[in-house]
Amino acid sequence: MDYFTLFILILDSTLRVSVPLVLASLAGLFSERSGVVDIGLEGKMLAAAFASAAAAYVTGSVWIGLLAGVGVSMALAMVHGFACVTHNGNQIVSGVAINILASGLTVILGIAWFSRGGQTPPLPPSARFQSLEFPGAAALADVPVIGGIYSELLSGHNILVYAAFLAVPLVWWILYRTRFGLRLRAVGENPEAVDTAGISVAKMRYMALACGGVLTGVAGAYLATAQSAGFIREMTAGKGFIALAALIFGKWRPVPAMLSALLFGFLDAVAIRLQGVSLPLIGEIPVQFIQALPYVLTVVLLAGFIGKAVAPKAIGVPYVKER
Amino acid sequence: MKKIFLAAAALLLAGGAAQAGEIKPAVLFDMGGKFDKSFNEGVFNGVEKFRKETGIKYREFEITNESQREQALMNFARRGGDPILGVGFGQAPAMEKVAKKFPKQRFAIIDMVVDLPNVQSIVFKEHEGSFLVGALAAMASKTGKVGFVGGMDIPLIRKFACGYVQGVKYINPKAEVFQNMTGTTPAAWNDPVKGGELAKSQFDRGADVVYAAAGGTGLGVLQAAADAGKLSIGVDSNQNYLHPGSVLTSMLKRVDIAAYNVFKSAMDGTWKPGIQVLGLKEGGVGWALDQYNKSLITPEMKARMDQIEADIIAGKIKVHDYMSDNKCDF
Repeated sequence: MDYFTLFILILDSTLRVSVPLVLASLAGLFSERSGVVDIGLEGKMLAAAFASAAAAYVTGSVWIGLLAGVGVSMALAMVHGFACVTHNGNQIVSGVAINILASGLTVILGIAWFSRGGQTPPLPPSARFQSLEFPGAAALADVPVIGGIYSELLSGHNILVYAAFLAVPLVWWILYRTRFGLRLRAVGENPEAVDTAGISVAKMRYMALACGGVLTGVAGAYLATAQSAGFIREMTAGKGFIALAALIFGKWRPVPAMLSALLFGFLDAVAIRLQGVSLPLIGEIPVQFIQALPYVLTVVLLAGFIGKAVAPKAIGVPYVKER
Repeated sequence: MKKIFLAAAALLLAGGAAQAGEIKPAVLFDMGGKFDKSFNEGVFNGVEKFRKETGIKYREFEITNESQREQALMNFARRGGDPILGVGFGQAPAMEKVAKKFPKQRFAIIDMVVDLPNVQSIVFKEHEGSFLVGALAAMASKTGKVGFVGGMDIPLIRKFACGYVQGVKYINPKAEVFQNMTGTTPAAWNDPVKGGELAKSQFDRGADVVYAAAGGTGLGVLQAAADAGKLSIGVDSNQNYLHPGSVLTSMLKRVDIAAYNVFKSAMDGTWKPGIQVLGLKEGGVGWALDQYNKSLITPEMKARMDQIEADIIAGKIKVHDYMSDNKCDF
């Protein structure tokens, strides 16, 4: 296989594996920009994955599955909001609690409902998101360069992949071009000023959490009903935390956050694709090296290239109205 | 933990019934869990069969992290478990410790050897079973390229891979075999997303049959093959039914029979310590043919497979065991 095709296939795989990271980092962006630390991304994604797989299996409809995932993730986001916006609780503690709750509850419910050791039964094709072929993709497949890019890289993903990447400009627009976005950013930087202007800080933060809930819900549904066919215990495997790292890496801005999510996805894809492939000059790389590569590169990049990441000023601080 | 207590409570309640065979069997499943549709589930089916036949309940525990192995075995032993069955190579160090401390109780381990007077070690000739499915893969492949996805990168899984390669090359010496391992930690047994990606990468390189020896991760491999319209080969339990028409066959490792025999022999008093090696001859390994993959296997393929099986049993075909010298030069 020539190296161009290999490269295209790696990028193709990158897109697939970075979708949950992109969605979750955008979700984290909403909540953190409003001043609420969202360490519960992982748990919300896991709960959403379970809910969407369970609902899709029972109803046979992938869309109901998606709705269920979004609903559960929203509900958990509201719990987070109730604990740390309404009651000024510690945001880290609440987030960790959500993670633990999701990790245990999904397995317990899974065993109770499906008695398969916490897994949901495998979903039939009709209860999963199928890949969409772009018009003319098959015809163009043999055209050099363009054919590869068009029919391999761009076409043939499921709808959630496209939705995730379209969400990035949308989030950017909401954040920087709408009144809601302006207020959201202000709430994370200087809630007193927002409060003085007569806008409810709590309401803004709840809305931010709700937006985040929707996005994590989609991420979870993607994992269970698009990328795999069913829920498996702990299937998020730390993706929520990596998304959080991508968010910080991207300095709490939508496009850089997406790019860093893509970078993490790319490293993952490289690790998968380069196993057992001979490279020019080097020959076949040992598996162990390839598997360590993402971690090594992450450390190098984090240490060398991130620069100064300035968090939203009011992040992690519950807002208490002065009396 | 909860499960142990529940199982213990159930045992106490059923105290009278348990006298029948005078044994208190216990089984410790490996990571992946008893419903992995593969290795652990095979054991589960075996012990369930024993429970249904004899009415003797068993204690069970599914570990979710490494540190639980010894605790769980110790718990079983302290409560008088006999025999105690450990599933998977990973239980060996813990079992060695615990079995030494409780020399009067009987232990058994599948997939690894623990050399103690009160331990029965059951190992399989996976290379023979893998040779068979490798040969079948080469017969079914149209591109002359086939794939292998392993779970955790350990000698045992290399043994699967090596037998598979030999089988493929036996049919088609020019065939190409792509080999991938999912990871180097036990998490690699339970990562279907990565398994699916690995399978996709092999399909992209031209493979049209892929063999998954990866526990729960293998489910992702079989799914990816079904999605891509390619063939896959399951492992340990019969996985043909998961995707009829896409799963070419399954390499059967009769852990169910092994697990059943451990309990049964302990009950009958015929239990013996030492090493038991189950190969093709002993019916310990094989390949699955049932109504789900019937349409994929032509009569010629079946005849050829029967011949190969006979040759292996007769010793005419020697399948190299990777674990004998940690080498696979094929």
